[in-house]
Amino acid sequence: MTDRLRDKIIPVTVILAAIVVAWYVGSYAMNAPFQRDLDRRAGVTSTTWEFVVKTMSQPKPTLPAPHQVAVNFVENTFFRKVTSNRSLVYHAAVTLSSTVLGFAFGTVLGILIAVGIVHVVTLDRSLMPWIITSQTIPILALAPMIIVVLAAVGITGLIPKALISTYLSFFPVAVGMVKGLRSPEIMHLDLMHTYNASAGQVFWKLRVPASVPFLFASMKVAVAASLVGAIVGELPTGAVAGIGSKLLSGSYYSQTIDMFAALVAGSIVAILLVSLVGLAGRITERVMGARPA
Amino acid sequence: MNPIALLPWQSVAALLAAIVALAGLPILPDGMAPASTALVFLLVLTGALVPLLRLPTATESFVLFAAAHGPVYLLLSGITGHEGQAGLAFFALVAASWLIAWRLVTVLSLARPTSRPMGTLLRLVVPTLFGVWLLLLWEAIVRGAGIPFILLPPPSLIGVRIANSLPILAADVQQTIFKSVFAGYFMGCAAGFSVAILADRFVFLRRGLMPIGNMVSALPIIGVAPIMVMWFGFDWPSKAAVVVIMTFFPMLVNTVAGLTAAGSMERDLMRTYAAGYWQTLWKLRLPAAAPFIFNALKINSTLALIGAIVAEFFGTPVVGMGFRISTEVGRMNVDMVWAEIAVAALAGSIFYGVLALIERAVTFWHPSVRGG
Repeated sequence: MTDRLRDKIIPVTVILAAIVVAWYVGSYAMNAPFQRDLDRRAGVTSTTWEFVVKTMSQPKPTLPAPHQVAVNFVENTFFRKVTSNRSLVYHAAVTLSSTVLGFAFGTVLGILIAVGIVHVVTLDRSLMPWIITSQTIPILALAPMIIVVLAAVGITGLIPKALISTYLSFFPVAVGMVKGLRSPEIMHLDLMHTYNASAGQVFWKLRVPASVPFLFASMKVAVAASLVGAIVGELPTGAVAGIGSKLLSGSYYSQTIDMFAALVAGSIVAILLVSLVGLAGRITERVMGARPA
Repeated sequence: MNPIALLPWQSVAALLAAIVALAGLPILPDGMAPASTALVFLLVLTGALVPLLRLPTATESFVLFAAAHGPVYLLLSGITGHEGQAGLAFFALVAASWLIAWRLVTVLSLARPTSRPMGTLLRLVVPTLFGVWLLLLWEAIVRGAGIPFILLPPPSLIGVRIANSLPILAADVQQTIFKSVFAGYFMGCAAGFSVAILADRFVFLRRGLMPIGNMVSALPIIGVAPIMVMWFGFDWPSKAAVVVIMTFFPMLVNTVAGLTAAGSMERDLMRTYAAGYWQTLWKLRLPAAAPFIFNALKINSTLALIGAIVAEFFGTPVVGMGFRISTEVGRMNVDMVWAEIAVAALAGSIFYGVLALIERAVTFWHPSVRGG
């Protein structure tokens, strides 16, 4: 316990505290010129402390102070009706729904591609280089076009955004699963061979169980990518709902506090999703009989 | 023995498709000369039946290559100008030549190359064929089914568009890649690297930063883009700032992980030489960390492009790839958007490829390079 305290909790807390302090200093430094301007025009002279407080309570600061973001976040998360347009829970739920749908599509697609690559030589030789190349392509640039073109065909709402998430999330899963399905050693494959196991039996009884840790590791990456896809997918729809649209409308009206609160909400959603996938992975491994290392 | 049983399944399917096409003749109501129709059928039949001859692999590949690409060329040049008039025969014949191409790729994948250059060539040709057929099928389906070009332009039109708007594309690449991406990439990677060395020097800093760094990698950092645009204005510095933030953490986390990669035996050896911290770092631990650092550089090359392009969606001067994409989508000039995406993909692949080449040169000692 003391080890954990010394090795992890204290250092992380100290660094986080340092970040918060740096943030306060930064918000003073960045808001001060504007505040000085305001004071001069109003003809107000204030003491240093009053001035510092004022830089941290502007309605549209350049860099909002942490407590302003926290107040805005708490207000919009816990004290608004969930159905209200200003509720962060509402926006987060909209983003979450397309994230989860896209993530589910992406995972299934990634697994299917991986199974194909592992079992068909032609696919391995022809598809694998393209999967690696496609990771070097800024696929996110496609986002606005997918949305607009699908809207022109009459498909709007959840599906186009989910498609972008699918795009981003199937690569990690496919690559991770290929690695996982190939992870059984020659010795294990030979053992299955001596049992006269069919290809299907080798797949279900050896390859699939061996790939589970790889699957969950890549699903963690995929779910984070999927959230990014959903947020970017909300930009070109013209700021209707979701965390991305909250960011966009914030940038239209210079509502910096709202933007930071939306960022915090997005980060919390990301951490929740990644932890959930991690938890699911640990439960699955325990059910399958893995022992803690 | 039944000759059909000797044929691979792709050839059987190609034959079936040819029979279906015969039933659905003509290929186009007008526009295909009888001679070229006959040639298409002849080539497809040759391609489907050539496995029976048991030719040497090289000869068979050449025949299959001609038999797959000849018909599709004739079909595509026939359909141009008659979009949307294609019937069953057209699609059946496209499918037949695609199946023959599949057969070709299978033959090439199973081939045992006799020399090293041949093996490299084969490793390049197989994925290239796959990419080419993706484009050919896209072209055939879009033109054959008459999908409005405003929704999905065929690759040939996108190619024409690229050729016609080279100056615009060059200006966009100059703005987005040479200004925003490169500036941000170098600053972000350098900052991540420096902080990683600091974190390596001071254990307390490493223990505090690593959990935070790992957590940040899961966050949608791209969301800071509108804030950066507000702070640094519309021109490239705001995009570079987004790129710096996006590339900083992968570099930090990977470098710190890489610096622990050198084995304790080697470190003890350095200690017996009375090497100082910096000597050990420079001569042992940084080279050992090189694969990790290059991994971060490669991840960052993609992230940097995405960051710069998405940041341009929030406001730019009237030039830049993200700006062009968002405005041309609004004007429904979809072919320009695809041209821009093709250029971005090319730039991303070149960026990645150059890094991979440098990596091979720097980490020549690493098993993954030596073994290959």
